[in-house]
Amino acid sequence: MNEFTAQHPIVVVALVKIVVLLFLLLTALAYLVWFERKISAHIQARRGPYRVGPHGLLQPLADALKFLLKEDATPAGADRFVYYLAPFLTMTLAISAIAVIPFGPGTVQIFGQTTPLVVANVNIGLLIIFALTSLGVYGVVLAGWSSNNKYSLLGGLRSSAQMVSYELSLTLSVVGVLLLAGTFHLGEIVTAQSGYTWGFLPRWNLLNPTWPQLLGFFCYFVAALAETNRLPFDLAEAETELVAGFHTEYSSFKFGMFFIGEYASMVTVSCLAVILFFGGWLSPIPSGPGLDWAVYLPAAVFGLAGAGLVVHGLRYWTISGRIVLSAMGLALCAIGALFARPGVWELVQGPFWFLLKVFVVLFVFVWVRWTLPRFRYDQLMAIGWKFLLPVSLANVVLTSLAVVARS
Amino acid sequence: MVPIPYYLALSAVLFGLGVAGFVFKRNVLTVFMAIELMLNAVNLAFVAFSRALGQPEGQVFVFFVIVVAAAEAAVGLGIVIVIARNRQSLNVERINLLKL
Amino acid sequence: MTAELLVFLALAGLALAGAVSLILQRHPIHSALSLIVVMAALAGLYLLLEAEFVAAIQIIVYAGAIMVLFVFVIMLLNAGAEEHTDFSRMARYAGVPLTGVLLLVLTFHVARASAAMTAAPPVEGMTRRVALLLFRDFAFPFELTSILILVALLGAMVLAKRDS
Repeated sequence: MNEFTAQHPIVVVALVKIVVLLFLLLTALAYLVWFERKISAHIQARRGPYRVGPHGLLQPLADALKFLLKEDATPAGADRFVYYLAPFLTMTLAISAIAVIPFGPGTVQIFGQTTPLVVANVNIGLLIIFALTSLGVYGVVLAGWSSNNKYSLLGGLRSSAQMVSYELSLTLSVVGVLLLAGTFHLGEIVTAQSGYTWGFLPRWNLLNPTWPQLLGFFCYFVAALAETNRLPFDLAEAETELVAGFHTEYSSFKFGMFFIGEYASMVTVSCLAVILFFGGWLSPIPSGPGLDWAVYLPAAVFGLAGAGLVVHGLRYWTISGRIVLSAMGLALCAIGALFARPGVWELVQGPFWFLLKVFVVLFVFVWVRWTLPRFRYDQLMAIGWKFLLPVSLANVVLTSLAVVARS
Repeated sequence: MVPIPYYLALSAVLFGLGVAGFVFKRNVLTVFMAIELMLNAVNLAFVAFSRALGQPEGQVFVFFVIVVAAAEAAVGLGIVIVIARNRQSLNVERINLLKL
Repeated sequence: MTAELLVFLALAGLALAGAVSLILQRHPIHSALSLIVVMAALAGLYLLLEAEFVAAIQIIVYAGAIMVLFVFVIMLLNAGAEEHTDFSRMARYAGVPLTGVLLLVLTFHVARASAAMTAAPPVEGMTRRVALLLFRDFAFPFELTSILILVALLGAMVLAKRDS
């Protein structure tokens, strides 16, 4: 085993990173579903999953078991190969896009090799994400067609036409960021946003001194909502409209794969939004003379969260819930204490801020879904072509003028 | 470094397969796809030469080929839709008269 | 047998398999999927040839937009599987062998003519040079292609409209 590691260090390091990322990602996806259900419940003045484990924390496990154990029915007359290919394609492409996202600056040591905190450190990271998003249209359109069902076909055609239309605005809204950063490499786009204007305002692309990318972020967010088929753009899979759209005829694990694909693409666009517009892993707090305490913020946040969880957990309504929640709270406090140690707090800074920002963006995604009503299909296409495309083009023109005027 | 003749041989074989598809297939959409395969084979040859000679002009030409293929696909598929509507068939052997 | 040669053989095999499948499949949607596989394999080969920009354009434009158009049209026209009529005698006994001969002769001559060609040393910043060429020396054709796409868009819209 060790000779293999010594002879092919790159392969082993890559495998380790892939395994860790996949494990973390799939767990995060499962709990993203839980998070969405809880937030939607509280928005609608109810409680959400509450019984399956304390605060419904075992609900994702129950859902996964349900997906695995349900009957897997294939409709008669469906094109078998394409029917099985479509959900697999959606899930694979959505998860692959996370391979190029950098989680932090600097490097870590695995098996003696220094590697950056990203699985695939390529020079064209952004183009790869767009390429995978373009290919994601196939999962939808092939699913709709191969189910041999007119509702699926209509839903699939509508959904894929919507995705293709908003792809243009998505790509154009990012061109402003590319002009400011001058590179496709996601890590370098983040480092181009370091520094603080006037000493305290972070130079994130949203607040860029040359041309703040507010229009760009707005176009990106709306286009991302449409690309991932989330409300208010989810006409193609809304229950009241087309049964369930392109995934009507899918059951059990294949439906689970569509679900995973949708949430994984949501995570990808959120991570990309954070990297492109919100400074990635950069801290919003400048590192001035009196601000040295800012590096202990991760430790403080975890410690407070742990303490709060312990206090809440001790008054939970089931005994087992009290024990589990208090134990989780103590574990969070212990992690907080670990983050305050001298060797660890430098490593933790970048990923902490990155994950916090991604969490906020995901919260806004969920918030928008449960607040706004759905668009009708013709309104949706009109917005994509007649409003969003000209606005993103205007953003590109204004950014280029500002960049040329600056230099 | 993989020798450039390997890429060119692959390009030639793909082009030949595209010609075979163009000549032998009966569905007009499949014939169209065989044309796209031929264009792709040519693109591979361009990029291989661009790498061999170290000149970027090959890649610029590939860019133009892709753009023109996009325009051609759009108009061509529009024509195919009109033909299918008029003759109710996608068989190239039945689309052989200039008058309806 | 370097790693690069292995990757080349894998991608080339995938491209050939896709191309053969394009010809042999009976339903146009399966041919479309095979063509997408060919394009993805070619994008991989472009990456191997250090042409990252072209690889990205191939996936985003060719495989991600043009082929989606093909798939849409196949679904719209409800193109079914081809009727299975046998090849004519002429095609089967003369056509297929002659195509094979054409293929072999073409490949042999191409390979032999370029056997003396060795690759130039790897070029840094090829994308940058392509961009400079595109926007300086080839700026006029570049703008012309945008007009071409506009014309194609209008043409396709006019063609596909129903006479009402």
